[in-house]
Amino acid sequence: MEVTLQPVRWNSRFARMAAATAASMLLAALPAAAQGTFITVSSTTSTEQSGLFRHILPEFTKATGIEARVVALGTGQALDMGRRGDADVVFVHDQVAEERFVAEGYGVKRFEVMYNDFVIVGPKADPAKARGKDVLAGLEAIAAARAPFVSRADKSGTHAAELRYWKAAGIDLARDKGPWYRETGSGMGPTLNTASAMNAYALADRGTWLPFRNRGDLEIVVEGDKRLFNQYGVMLVNPARHAHVKKDAGQKFVDWVISPAGQSAIAAYRINDQQLFFPNAKAGS
Amino acid sequence: MLEIFASLGLALELIGGADPTLLGIVVLSIELSLVAAVAGAAIGLPLGALIAVGRFPGRRSLIVLLNALLGLPSVVVGLVVYLLLSRAGPLGSLGILFTPAAIVVAQTLLVAPIVAALARQTAEDAWKDYEEQLTSLGVSRLRAVPTILWDARFSLLTVVLAGFGRAASEVGAVMIVGGNIDGVTRVMTTAIALETSKGDLPLALALGLVLIAVVLAVNAGAYAIREWSARHHG
Repeated sequence: MEVTLQPVRWNSRFARMAAATAASMLLAALPAAAQGTFITVSSTTSTEQSGLFRHILPEFTKATGIEARVVALGTGQALDMGRRGDADVVFVHDQVAEERFVAEGYGVKRFEVMYNDFVIVGPKADPAKARGKDVLAGLEAIAAARAPFVSRADKSGTHAAELRYWKAAGIDLARDKGPWYRETGSGMGPTLNTASAMNAYALADRGTWLPFRNRGDLEIVVEGDKRLFNQYGVMLVNPARHAHVKKDAGQKFVDWVISPAGQSAIAAYRINDQQLFFPNAKAGS
Repeated sequence: MLEIFASLGLALELIGGADPTLLGIVVLSIELSLVAAVAGAAIGLPLGALIAVGRFPGRRSLIVLLNALLGLPSVVVGLVVYLLLSRAGPLGSLGILFTPAAIVVAQTLLVAPIVAALARQTAEDAWKDYEEQLTSLGVSRLRAVPTILWDARFSLLTVVLAGFGRAASEVGAVMIVGGNIDGVTRVMTTAIALETSKGDLPLALALGLVLIAVVLAVNAGAYAIREWSARHHG
C-alpha cells in the first residue's frame, strides 16, 4: 500500500471553511448574552408551568423596557438561588421560609402578591375515602388506609405545606411512613406524573394542576379548606449582600407586580375560564 | 402505542408549522451544541493525539482515566459548573450563569473527554501505520500530531459528531446551569423536560422526535461534507 502523507496546510480550503464556521457560530451565540437590561427572577415551577409568567411578563417588559428572565425551581431552591446572589428577585410561596430569608438579610422586604390554593388529588374511586373539604381529615383517611401518596420531598413550598398538614393532622411521618408514602424528590409536574402512573394521592397547587394534561384517573378529592390557602410573596435580593444585584430594575419588577397594573394582569390570567391566581397585594405597602 | 402515533403527527405538524418559538429553541440547540462540539474538539483532538503518540510516565493511567471520563456523570458536571459560575463561586464575577455561555461551558466539559478518548484510539492506530515513515523523516512525535490528525480527519469527523450528539442530548447539566429560561436558555432537551413536567406527554415526545430529526440532519450534512471533500481532496 502506498501511503502519501502530506504536512498540514492550514490554508487548505477545508481548514479555512471549518475556522470560518466556528468563528461565525461563536459570534452568533454571543448576542443572546449581551442584550438590554434584564433581571433574573428565581421563582417556582407553579408560576412558570401554569403559564402565568408567559402571560404577565410581556406586560411588565412593555411597561418598563426590562426583560425578566425566570428560572423556575422549587421554593427552597429558588430562595437558595437568591442567597447565592444568582437572582435579583425571588418570587415564591412559603411564607415561613420567605420571612427567614428576609430576617437573615438576604432579601430586602417581602411583599405579598397573590394567592391560590392547594388541592389533594387522588383516584376518582377514592379508595381511602379522603374526599371532602377538610384537608386534615383527608390526610388522616389516606394514612389510615395506607393508600399510596406521592410527596414532592424537594423542600418546595408545596412540600413545606404538605409537611405542615401532616403534622397538624397528628400524623408523625417519621414513624408512620411506609411503602405507601413515596418521596419523588422532584418538581410538581414529575410528582403528578408519578401519582398519575401509580394512581396515588398527592398534594398539588391548583396552578399546576389545572393545566396538567397527564391526569390519568386522578381528580381533585379535597379542596376548599381555608387551610389550603397558598400565598405568594416577592422580594428583592439584598444589594447589601450581593453588590451586583440589579436593584433598580429588580425593584421595578417588585413595584410592578404589586401595582394595580401588575395585579390586574395576574387576575386576568385564566385557563378554561378559571382564574388561577388571585392578586392580594396590600395597597400602599 | 396510540400516543406515539399521535406524537408523530404532532411532530410533523410542529416541523411543518415552523412555529417561531420552536424554531428559536431548535436553532439555539444546534448553535450551542455545535459551538460546544467545536470547542470540545479543539481541546480533545490534540489532547487525544498527544496521548496517542506521546511516551511519558503515567500515560497508561491517563488513558484509563480518559476512558473512564466517557461516563462522566453530567449532573456532576452541571453542579460543578453551577458552583463555579454562581455569584458566590470563584467565577461568579463573569455573570454568565443562566446564559447560553454557561450551557456551552458545561457541554464542552462533557464533549472534550469523549472526543479525546475516541481521538486517542483513532490517532494511535494512525500512528502505528506511520510511525516508521515519520520517524525516518526525522519528524518528532510532537510535530507528528497535526499530521496524524489531518490524515485521520475523516474518521475524526465521526468523533466530533459523537461529541455533538452528546452535547445536543444533554439535559441535566444544561437545566442546572442554563435555568431553562424561556427565550434565553431553553433548548430542545429542557423544553422536552418542561412539557413532560406539564404532563403534556404527546407534545414532549413530538419535541423529542423533532430533536432526533435535527441530529439526523446534522449528521447527514456532515456525511455529505465528508464525501464531498474526500472526492475533491482525498
